[in-house]
Amino acid sequence: MKRLLLALFCLLSFSVYANEPTATTAEATDKEEFSPGEMILHHIGDSHEWHWFSTDNSHFTTYLPVIAFRPGQGLSVFSSRNLAEGKVYDGFKLEHEHLVSEDGSKVYDFSITKNVASLMLSAILLVAVFTAVARGYAKRGSGAPRGIQSFFEPIIVFIRDEVAKKSIGPKYERYMPYLLTVFFFIWFNNLMGLLPGSANLTGNISVTLTLALLTLLITLFSSNKNYWHHIFATPGVPKALLPIMIPVEVIGIIVKPFSLMVRLFANITAGHIVTLSFISLIFIFRNLGVAPVSLAFGLFINTLELMVAILQAYIFTLLTAMYIGGAVEEHHDADFQMGGGDGAEPAHAHGH
Amino acid sequence: MGIVTPEFGLIFWQLVIFGIVLLLLRTFAWKPILSSLKERESSIEGALRMADQAKLEMQQLKAGNEKLLAEARMERDRILKEASDVSNQLIEQAKNKAIEEGNRLTLQAREAIQNEKNAALAEVKNTAAKLSIDIAERILRRQLTDEPAQQQLVDSYLKEVKLN
Repeated sequence: MKRLLLALFCLLSFSVYANEPTATTAEATDKEEFSPGEMILHHIGDSHEWHWFSTDNSHFTTYLPVIAFRPGQGLSVFSSRNLAEGKVYDGFKLEHEHLVSEDGSKVYDFSITKNVASLMLSAILLVAVFTAVARGYAKRGSGAPRGIQSFFEPIIVFIRDEVAKKSIGPKYERYMPYLLTVFFFIWFNNLMGLLPGSANLTGNISVTLTLALLTLLITLFSSNKNYWHHIFATPGVPKALLPIMIPVEVIGIIVKPFSLMVRLFANITAGHIVTLSFISLIFIFRNLGVAPVSLAFGLFINTLELMVAILQAYIFTLLTAMYIGGAVEEHHDADFQMGGGDGAEPAHAHGH
Repeated sequence: MGIVTPEFGLIFWQLVIFGIVLLLLRTFAWKPILSSLKERESSIEGALRMADQAKLEMQQLKAGNEKLLAEARMERDRILKEASDVSNQLIEQAKNKAIEEGNRLTLQAREAIQNEKNAALAEVKNTAAKLSIDIAERILRRQLTDEPAQQQLVDSYLKEVKLN
């Protein structure tokens, strides 16, 4: 494990370039008009190079590969170093961290951006950690867990017993790999996002969109007759109301994953914005006296974010499990009782 | 609005990498982990159930032992009672036999006494007769001359005696 991580860091660090003078004047003017909004948006956004830190006259940056596809012109792969400082290369340029072609033609950007690089790192970390955990089980069989295995076992058991079994019911086993992967993926990336100089992966709308989309697809593909029956002929609802109910229920299908997407994105991004805002206070007031206050608040928010990191992972997993649970749920007697009366009561109390 | 606009490239990489991670972890982590967890849980459950069963068996064994002990005690009591009954019966029998024997002996003795008494009486009668005859003879020898008349008289007397 440790050796692997060390190797990773070595791999990363050899491509760090120290850019000497070029932008000293730009830096100076930059300092004159420090814009916290711009700085924060730059930090929480994606970029084509991994900027670690800057000193007065140099930036320490890892230039990541740009992979772009232009219909008709094919694939281009080159280092983002070529695009640094607004340079144009091979007909490409960066416009607010956005890859565009000079002539305005369509560009599909498959670059290994900072977020993609972080995503790859987290993937390696996840696989390394959990194969190590699995090795513990292979080695000790059904004996007592030890080491890394005993750290993750209660969490895995919690996801299985409290999240999957309770929300999905007897068919929970099929969905365990997805739930566990999503939980640890979000948690690990939330934590990695809190490290200084790291990418804000789980606070990126594309990432949360993809995760929410996967949840939606799994929900739809595992839905049974009963699920659709609830949507198109909600039990206990008078026929006359169905024209109103069906659109509401159909919108509900989309709203559920949409809320997952926005919740994770907003929580993580908000945490980063608040922390960075407190740090920015020092530069806004240009007063060292503010530093202890903003550090204290920043530390407080950061500690809170440690909790939010696992909480949001848990919430995403729990809600995913509940949506799947709603889709695979069998018709049960309670529905008959609730729907059989005067129909005044909506028949489903589950899932929200 | 840059931060709320999804990027096509990142979605692509997220799908690909997350998919790979999901597959890798499913095969090399979650399946072995979950199956060994299940195995361990079932083995613990089995062990607990076996312990419960052993406890139950112990209780049954104990109850059986107690039952056996109680039975043995009852058997002992029964045997003792039987033995005392038998001994009482024996004593009773012996007593009865002794009484019977005593009665029989007394009866025999009485009979023997009676016989002896009869024999003695007969002898006394014979002796008395003999004596009488002797005495009469002697008397008669001296006094009586007419012997045949005398003999006749004696005979008649004897007859009388025999009739007794």
